[in-house]
Amino acid sequence: MVPFDFTYHRPSSIEEAVRLFERLHKQGKTPLYYGGGTEIITLSRLNLAFADAVIDIKHIPECCVLRIEQNELTLGAALSLTSIEEANPFPLLTKTASEVADRTARNQITLGGNVCGQIFYRETVLPLLLADCHVVIAGKDGLKQRSIHEVFQQRMRLEHGEFLVQVKIDLSYVSLPHAHTKRRKQGKVGYPLVTVAAIKKDERLHVAFSGVCPFPFRSKTVEEQLNARHLPIETRISRALQYLPKPILNDTEGSVEYRLFVLMNALSDILIPLEEG
Amino acid sequence: MIGKSVIRKEAWDKVTGRAKYTHDYFEVGMLHAKLVTSPYAHARIREIHTEKAGSVPGVRAIVTGEGLPLTGEDLRDRPPIAFDKVRYHGEVVAVVVADTLVQAEKAANLIHVAYEPLPSVGSPREALQEGAPLIHENLANYQKGKYSYPEPGTNIAHRTKIRKGNMEKGWAESDVVIEASFAFAPSDHAALEIRCATAEIRQDGTIVIIASSQAPFMIKRLIGEYFGEDVGKVIVHTPLVGGAYGGKAPVQLELLAYLASKAVGGRKVSVWNTREQDMITSPVHIGMEATVKIGCTADGYIKAAEILFLFDGGAYSDKAIDVTRAAAVDCTGPYHIENVWCDSLCVYTNHPYASPFRSFGHCEQAFAIERTIDLLAEKLNIDKLELRMKNAIRPGHTTPTQVVLNRSNVGNLPACIARLRELIQWDEWQRIEINSRTVRAKGVSCGWKTSTIDTDASSGAILTFNPDGSVNLISGVVEIGTGTKTVLAQILSEKLKMDIDDIHVKMDIDTQTTPEHWKTVSSRGTFMAGRAVLSAADDAIRQLKAIAACVLRASAEDLEVGYGKVFLRDDPSIYVPIKDIVYGYKYPNGNAIGGQLIGRGHYILRHLTPLDKETGAGKPGPEWTVCAHAVEIEFDKRDYTYQIIKAASVIDIGKVLNRRAALGQVMGAMSMGLSFASRETFLFDRYERILNAQLRTYRPIRFGEHPEYMVEFIETPQIDAPYGARGVGEHGLIGMPAALANALSVAAEVPLNELPLFPELIWRTKEGKQYGSI
Amino acid sequence: MIKCEILLTVNEESHSIIARQADTLLFVLRNQLGLTGAKPGCLNGDCGACTVLVDKTPIKSCMMLAIEAAEKPITTIEGLCDTPIQRAFIEQFAFQCGYCTPGFLINAYALTKQHPDADDETIQEWLESNICRCTSYQEIEQAVKSVLAKKHEND
Ligand SMILES: Cc1cc2nc3c(=O)[nH]c(=O)nc-3n(C[C@H](O)[C@H](O)[C@H](O)COP(=O)(O)OP(=O)(O)OC[C@H]3O[C@@H](n4cnc5c(N)ncnc54)[C@H](O)[C@@H]3O)c2cc1C
Ligand code: FES
Ligand code: FES
Repeated sequence: MVPFDFTYHRPSSIEEAVRLFERLHKQGKTPLYYGGGTEIITLSRLNLAFADAVIDIKHIPECCVLRIEQNELTLGAALSLTSIEEANPFPLLTKTASEVADRTARNQITLGGNVCGQIFYRETVLPLLLADCHVVIAGKDGLKQRSIHEVFQQRMRLEHGEFLVQVKIDLSYVSLPHAHTKRRKQGKVGYPLVTVAAIKKDERLHVAFSGVCPFPFRSKTVEEQLNARHLPIETRISRALQYLPKPILNDTEGSVEYRLFVLMNALSDILIPLEEG
Repeated sequence: MIGKSVIRKEAWDKVTGRAKYTHDYFEVGMLHAKLVTSPYAHARIREIHTEKAGSVPGVRAIVTGEGLPLTGEDLRDRPPIAFDKVRYHGEVVAVVVADTLVQAEKAANLIHVAYEPLPSVGSPREALQEGAPLIHENLANYQKGKYSYPEPGTNIAHRTKIRKGNMEKGWAESDVVIEASFAFAPSDHAALEIRCATAEIRQDGTIVIIASSQAPFMIKRLIGEYFGEDVGKVIVHTPLVGGAYGGKAPVQLELLAYLASKAVGGRKVSVWNTREQDMITSPVHIGMEATVKIGCTADGYIKAAEILFLFDGGAYSDKAIDVTRAAAVDCTGPYHIENVWCDSLCVYTNHPYASPFRSFGHCEQAFAIERTIDLLAEKLNIDKLELRMKNAIRPGHTTPTQVVLNRSNVGNLPACIARLRELIQWDEWQRIEINSRTVRAKGVSCGWKTSTIDTDASSGAILTFNPDGSVNLISGVVEIGTGTKTVLAQILSEKLKMDIDDIHVKMDIDTQTTPEHWKTVSSRGTFMAGRAVLSAADDAIRQLKAIAACVLRASAEDLEVGYGKVFLRDDPSIYVPIKDIVYGYKYPNGNAIGGQLIGRGHYILRHLTPLDKETGAGKPGPEWTVCAHAVEIEFDKRDYTYQIIKAASVIDIGKVLNRRAALGQVMGAMSMGLSFASRETFLFDRYERILNAQLRTYRPIRFGEHPEYMVEFIETPQIDAPYGARGVGEHGLIGMPAALANALSVAAEVPLNELPLFPELIWRTKEGKQYGSI
Repeated sequence: MIKCEILLTVNEESHSIIARQADTLLFVLRNQLGLTGAKPGCLNGDCGACTVLVDKTPIKSCMMLAIEAAEKPITTIEGLCDTPIQRAFIEQFAFQCGYCTPGFLINAYALTKQHPDADDETIQEWLESNICRCTSYQEIEQAVKSVLAKKHEND
């Protein structure tokens, strides 16, 4: 139950969506781009989100593409997580996505919504960070393509009125050796205590995290430590953990100390085979 | 018919979406209420500003707590809407009534309450400390029931004492003594159907309530008592209930619905919790702290038990008093112990207030007792099942409240233990290392339970007939999912020798036309309502025979009823069809005799007595169902994670009335027990605010996390029960938390005395670390 | 305008209703169309009691706007008629209070249709979306597997 009213808009092109946003904004409204709507609806209930207009981007053709062309995988931001899992163009993304929420919810949750959402886990961004992908963003001045590292720092840094249209992944990444693990407080469904995803490229490990800090991240310094191959893995891990971008979370999923414990095990579990493999 | 897995009467309605629950009765013109609740666990209410909210279009009334009577079943300590101060996070401070739910919500968001936070109390032990903030300053002046013993000037709402035998003698006879402490915080029932109630007050003063409740007859009574309404003018409807597990036994939202309707001139108002409110605003599953000390001889005979249960009753006592009493009544577990000292306290804290939870205080106390028994076995170096077998309660023994047991009023625990031993291949192994990281372990436990219900609780049944000779069965048992009404139909079908399809069951309750069944709690539905149905059947049979005697010109004694007929015992070819006599018999010439046939029956529990205040002596319930349980887990020694592989229960059910239904009840209860033990708890911050009042963060067990269930029944009839059947709706749950904790303690090689058993808890216990702020 | 006309096709019948644009599909199905089979259990996407099919895909109707589902075929529990999965739920005692049942059935129905060969992992992946508080899940597992097994017999 959304305890306030909004208008619903369903543009069929990128330009129309951006124009709509501008127009609504000029009218003094608070519009939101609308993907799966799962977060907008659930946070609205709790008065943690507000909009008086929503712009559904699921009917914009560019947002729904799933295409491999010229060594590049393009994923529309409005694709549902299950549709990506089923097509399986990027196995690490499939793995990561398939551990988010539950399957029925993932029929609705979109890639763009998960990456751009407020709920801070944003797990599907991990493979995107690891694959050094590019994002296509629509805004007032048309489309622009940027490296994900430029726009995703802790969260998507979009300008007012911008939205994520697509992500583009260099095909050479999708078949790289990879690993993923999601550890929960208990059970098989639920938010992560920690999620770690990694790929190996040119003998170097790329590693990204969710649930460790109140945002997902991939950190150069952490990776440097983890790749200091002359040291034993345990040493590398404990050194790496000194370079986390923020102190480890302490919340209802788990305490700092326990998260640290779980994180160290998770890291050695996925890094050792990846390194050796 | 008895023992057959008859499918439930409402089965097709439930698989086609036609089954209706309270919130499915939507009516145009009905108003909607939204509850405004406290963000603090303990605070003084300075001011409530409702002006802004009142001006939202569609708002019809805003109700606050001033001038309302105090409520509570055993002790009147709770204002239906908080007044002056709030005592738990989530407590209702105002109710907004509007044309639509959206308007009510909009307005509720605009109500501003000024609070002055007070220091809060976060556990029973904290509450009992000297200088702890008093949650009820006025405890001395509350109206109370005859058998509630609040201790003014403290946070103790009630204390049950059990004093049996001679403790000094018991300790003197003991070679080995073990003592341990246990704890878990409150949690939730999380029935999938959120609690909901509507109320309407008609022009003539008739109050009509529709409620998702286990106690429609109690709602009627209490609205009469609390608000001085004529009890005859209160009509409560209860359609199907979407899960309850004890959580819908207390009367709470119904009072708000009544007050809301009153505030809008009697118009129909629906009060519907959000899931978040359902978890914390409405009553919850009780928390507990306990210390158990047991002494026994070197060869394993228990001689003394000293037990302290400190129940976290939360901010108000309501049904918690009863729960804590029930735990005391069976405090020793199903063991023969001659010398017993037990204090069971219902303690006030600034937590949500507690209500019954399936097993009514028993899975809680069994956790403490059965863990201690395991510790004792380890200390004695005796096999854990052997120790339980040695001390198993048997006919001739007495219970903690000094009831003498016989072959009928207690089941056969030794048989349950023996069967369990085989079923789980206990003697083959109890702990094995699969590899350097993985270990498998088994844990066992036993349980027993009687139903501590009001000594004058009764149940009634009415049978009416249709022109085709089929029967309508009307009983006050609420269909909360237990399938009791189908079992009642089976009992009737057996008795009348009638096809089960010819027995039509009235599913919903209407207190105006349905005979009363005290409350649908405590696994007592089949026993009490079953007896009432049998007595109604006897009444109907007597009447059938009387008319048939005239028609057939035979003595009633020579007649039998069955197969849709009344027939001569020695010559069944001479008969009259039931359908020809249930609306009077009409002779060929048009004359008629008899008339509409109505069978009436009732049952009242016999010889129950309240407990003595000082010793606890008394007869609290009719019989003790006993059970033995086991859980097998696979534990990862490095990660402290585990999987539940198997769970087993052997229960002395007396007599199986409907096999699949009974299995379902037991397995469902086991699942709930494992879920509670492994993952369910409210998480509080240091101000005692709840941090996980959502199913997103409070996560019950899900599909695929379930173990393999093994359930078997022993059948030792309870002589005065219908076909000998014992109550069984809760027993699957009783030993699950303890068995899981016992298995994990063995696997992790560390005593685990807290719940729930999150891997983090095991890790902390093993590493000897203290809990952080959360 | 905040309220608007929405065309919904539910169980092969089309309906034109007037609703708030912010109203969820669950709310509209229940309060406007009287289809109370889909149940509110949390309104937060967590329990699955409100599951319906939109375009043959299981969706938690508490998290979808009615207007989003306009012109797409919607199937609710009321649209299932004497299907094997309904019968299996009855035969296997796969429900007690029945509150989770509409959501579970819709999800299980879609699963058995779309994955007649579903293995344990797939069954779990689909069905862990729904919470049942009464049964042990073992009964539900048996019901689903019995339907899958029958599908194979018929092949
Ligand atoms: C039951 C359940 C369990 C969950 N468990 C997890 C979990 O384990 N891990 C996890 O990571 N998440 C989890 N989530 C949270 C989930 O991540 C969010 O609800 C979801 O990602 C939002 O996706 P959506 O497509 O529905 O987004 P929406 O609700 O449509 O949008 C979310 C936000 O993103 C914005 N947005 C959407 N699309 C775009 C776009 N293309 N460009 C710019 N902005 C956009 C919206 O304006 C809005 O602010 C869970 C959710 C549910 C319901
Ligand atoms: S009501 Fe929709 S998932 Fe719970
Ligand atoms: S049958 Fe009651 S919740 Fe599933």
